[in-house]
Amino acid sequence: MTAVLDAPGAVSSDAAPRRVSRPTDTTLRLGAGSGLSLGITVSWLSVLVLIPLAAVVAKSTAGGWTGFWHAVTTPGAWQSLRLTLICSLGVSAINAVMGTLIAWVLVRDSFPGRRLLEIIIDIPFALPTIVAGLVLLILYGPTSPVGINLLQTERGVFFALLFVTLPFVVRTVQPVLINMDTEAEEAAASLGASPLTTFRRIVLPVLLPAIVSGTALAFARAMGEYGSMLLISGGINRTRVSSMYVYQQIENFDYAGAAAVATVLLLVSLVVLVTLDVVQRWTARRG
Amino acid sequence: MASPAVASKVSHRSRYSLRAIAIGYVSVVVLLPLIVISWRVIEQGGAKFWDAISSGQAQQAFKLTAIITVAAVVINTVFGVAVAVLLARYRFPGKRMLSALIDLSISVSPIVVGLALVLVYGPYNGWFGKPLHNSGFDVIYAVPGMILATAFVSLPLVVREVVPVLEDEGIEQEQAARVLGASAVQRFRRITLPTIKWALAYGVVLTIARSIGEFGAVKVVSGNISGAGQTQTATLLVDERVEQLEPGAYQVSLVLIAIAVIAIVVVSLIRPEESS
Repeated sequence: MTAVLDAPGAVSSDAAPRRVSRPTDTTLRLGAGSGLSLGITVSWLSVLVLIPLAAVVAKSTAGGWTGFWHAVTTPGAWQSLRLTLICSLGVSAINAVMGTLIAWVLVRDSFPGRRLLEIIIDIPFALPTIVAGLVLLILYGPTSPVGINLLQTERGVFFALLFVTLPFVVRTVQPVLINMDTEAEEAAASLGASPLTTFRRIVLPVLLPAIVSGTALAFARAMGEYGSMLLISGGINRTRVSSMYVYQQIENFDYAGAAAVATVLLLVSLVVLVTLDVVQRWTARRG
Repeated sequence: MASPAVASKVSHRSRYSLRAIAIGYVSVVVLLPLIVISWRVIEQGGAKFWDAISSGQAQQAFKLTAIITVAAVVINTVFGVAVAVLLARYRFPGKRMLSALIDLSISVSPIVVGLALVLVYGPYNGWFGKPLHNSGFDVIYAVPGMILATAFVSLPLVVREVVPVLEDEGIEQEQAARVLGASAVQRFRRITLPTIKWALAYGVVLTIARSIGEFGAVKVVSGNISGAGQTQTATLLVDERVEQLEPGAYQVSLVLIAIAVIAIVVVSLIRPEESS
């Protein structure tokens, strides 16, 4: 059993280098049927995804560049973007380290309960985000049985983001580690390299693209997270992340203000996608 | 899967400490909170559990979640298979754009998804929503919008499972069938479908889990219609009960947790089947 739930959007989590473009003899020209299928597909995607997202960008720039800039630099918007960015970067960094460590333990270590650990790691992917928020609030809220209260704190926001982004790096690194040859590591170890040196010089370079991909996905998820933030943030300004700010502006019928911050979040998603694409191509070329 | 040869090179002490860190971290972040909520529900007793999940409001919420999930799964399965076949088998201009657009839909914030749909399908100012509203069809603040939002956020799940399987399989079999005179429908039913069966099942389970759990995007397009709870799904019900300090949020959450765990276990059972 390898990855149970793939990271959404983790296009190439497998170690085998994916061909970026397949040789032409294995793909077909569009015929009448497939052409029709493409037409319907593109129409549906336009109606569902493309036109709505274009509407967000159009709305945000309706007041020109200055209008957009003004909406984004309003104290509430700016503060939420700063909080979201700082927390997302911090969470991504922790995930890069902990995700790699957990993946290593899952692949290279064997102990009773390993399969259970596999299942638990996937729970944040499958759990409704509002439930995730509630579950965290029960253990780390005002009625905490362990006496830790994270309600209405930035630490609470940070912790909830750690919960929802936990599986990303684990699930991108794990398959690479499974497919990795152990010969080089054995050679290094037999030549007297310490485990740390072996990891740093041999294992880490191979894992790096997967770690970067997983971390980028975790970062994108953290930047846009809403459901799990709602309860733990407790509705105060200091802990309001960007998606909550956008929601609040929608409630106040300030669609231009909502669209401006939404456009920033959209751009972040695009940058992450491009990063993933670059990493994938680089990995494929390296072979 | 485990490599004892390498593992043994790492000293026992560091191996145990790495294992302890991994288990400790996962426990503190995920496992303990789940244990505590289960314990709280058990503590409150079976009668409260039954009341919380069987009240009229709860029944209606579960029913709406089920309707939306079925609709989103049907849409994304049909569409997902069609897109996967196009991406894996054919070459056409704009192929990378199409692929990127599908990936984008899952990395966008759910609130942004909701806003995007409101801007286009909203009844008063929406680009398409206004004419639709005037002709008597509401998308936003109604079930169709909630289905669109759910289909949006779970869009790539089927596609991304099916594409690699189709790519690995190649097109030799299909070309042979075509040469032998099989129609497109026959080729799909006899060759493509058996090939992608498990990947498709896997994608569908993921789509179900994601659809049941969707919250932010659905919250925006549902418009918080109170009273009869006309547009309240199970996740929105949890939100309302917590915010209004009404009882029963833990119980509904536990049901949703159980569904999530079942989905993961089902998926882990499908996986080896697929690779064998």
